[in-house]
Amino acid sequence: MAECWCQNYRSPAQPCGRGRLSYRSVPRPTAPGRGLLDAMSSPMHPQAAQTLAAALDAGWADPRRLYAEARQAAALLDRARETIATDLEVAPSDLSFHLGGGPAALAAGLDGLAWPRRRTGARLVASAVEHSAILIPGRYAAAQASDPDLLAEVPVDALGRVDPHDWAAALAHPGTAVAALQQANGEVGIIQPVAAAYERCREAGVPLLVDGQASLGRLPAPETYDALAGDASAVAGPPLGVLVVPARTRFRRSGPPREAEFGRADAPVWVPMALAAAEAWQQAAAARASDNAKAERLIAHVVAAVQSIPDLDIPALAGERLPHVVTFSALYVDGEAIVTELDRRGLAVASGSACTSSTLEPSHVLAAMGALTHGNVRLRLPWAAAVPDRADAVRRLCAELPDVVRELRERLGVSGL
Amino acid sequence: MTPGELAVESPDAGAEVVVDARGTRCPMPVILAARAAKELPSGTRLVVLATDPAAAADVPAWARMRGHTVESVDNDADRQVRAVVVTS
Repeated sequence: MAECWCQNYRSPAQPCGRGRLSYRSVPRPTAPGRGLLDAMSSPMHPQAAQTLAAALDAGWADPRRLYAEARQAAALLDRARETIATDLEVAPSDLSFHLGGGPAALAAGLDGLAWPRRRTGARLVASAVEHSAILIPGRYAAAQASDPDLLAEVPVDALGRVDPHDWAAALAHPGTAVAALQQANGEVGIIQPVAAAYERCREAGVPLLVDGQASLGRLPAPETYDALAGDASAVAGPPLGVLVVPARTRFRRSGPPREAEFGRADAPVWVPMALAAAEAWQQAAAARASDNAKAERLIAHVVAAVQSIPDLDIPALAGERLPHVVTFSALYVDGEAIVTELDRRGLAVASGSACTSSTLEPSHVLAAMGALTHGNVRLRLPWAAAVPDRADAVRRLCAELPDVVRELRERLGVSGL
Repeated sequence: MTPGELAVESPDAGAEVVVDARGTRCPMPVILAARAAKELPSGTRLVVLATDPAAAADVPAWARMRGHTVESVDNDADRQVRAVVVTS
């Protein structure tokens, strides 16, 4: 017997007839009183959610077919592509959608830049704080080939930035096929010197993939790249990857020819998802300036609260950062304990501490910066439109944090160490 | 040096003290190092042994926050961390 989970549910013997996962009213993404401060995955922008629902009816068809419903879906997909391309200041035909989110767009971008350069080599140059979607496949390839030179992880300073001179030195190594650098780091928020790195790439003749997963939608798109990847989840949209490959770029995916998304993606995009992504993107573009300014003020409150607590380290504080991101670490405190205690008090935060990750390895970003990896709290403010009470959540965090840290330190007997 | 052994010599300046935090999880290696360092005179070499990979980042970060000098950090093939810190 089909079980039903909607609010009309009475018993398995009395199905309401509405189906397994249908709801009469849309449930709230979070319970009342919960403070969501981890926008790595945030509730969807309400208008994007509405667009998604509407697009299930209007855009379900395969846009490659020739009948009326399919032509409608194709027109909607074109409009979605144009909306995001306009904000990124690129031609719609430069922009491809990638199911699998930002990591899929990054992987496609890296592959398509590297393949035309296979006669030069296969070496990848990346910063030591790049996304794991770049570093883990890079390390795997180097290990498989028993050739550590296949991946150069360029070290970063204490603020998390690469030095353009170190970057140039890594590019100069023979066999370098491609380079990858973030516009900004999603964990600590630091903005990389992308223009300078691109200049060095041009001089070395190495194409640069810029990772804008954490920044696109929040910051103006960079102008210096050979390919640019992003993710609609950064604008409170669905996790849909976007990849910009300008016409000037030499780009060809390895393997058999692909049809989807100008030959760049592994699978055709689902039109309702592209529409929801475009709706969220458009909303973000309209709200960007004011939302960033408000987010920056809220982050400043957090920084002030953190600085009032003894022995809390805020790496990257002095650098130019994303307006909505901050990370800090409490000396002598267990990251899992701090996340659990804040959760108990109604605050949802992320952490880069080893004990809070599935791999039991600390955040490679914090480690590369020489920052404290234990007792880590990572805040990424959601868009106000997606989480309207975020300011209240920040105020509560600022009020609770000193108590939480003091209690945890007392419990461990480390006060005064 | 066997696990658990704590070679605390007379803590004169220039002496070496070993903190064996192998088998403990973050943040214990740093807490053990901090407890040891608190009792030591300035200039003591503090050798911290740990098996938690986070210690390779955290012991030097703690040392920086406390003004100690990091002499070396080795992460050997057995995934054992050996950090040497000179107390301030």
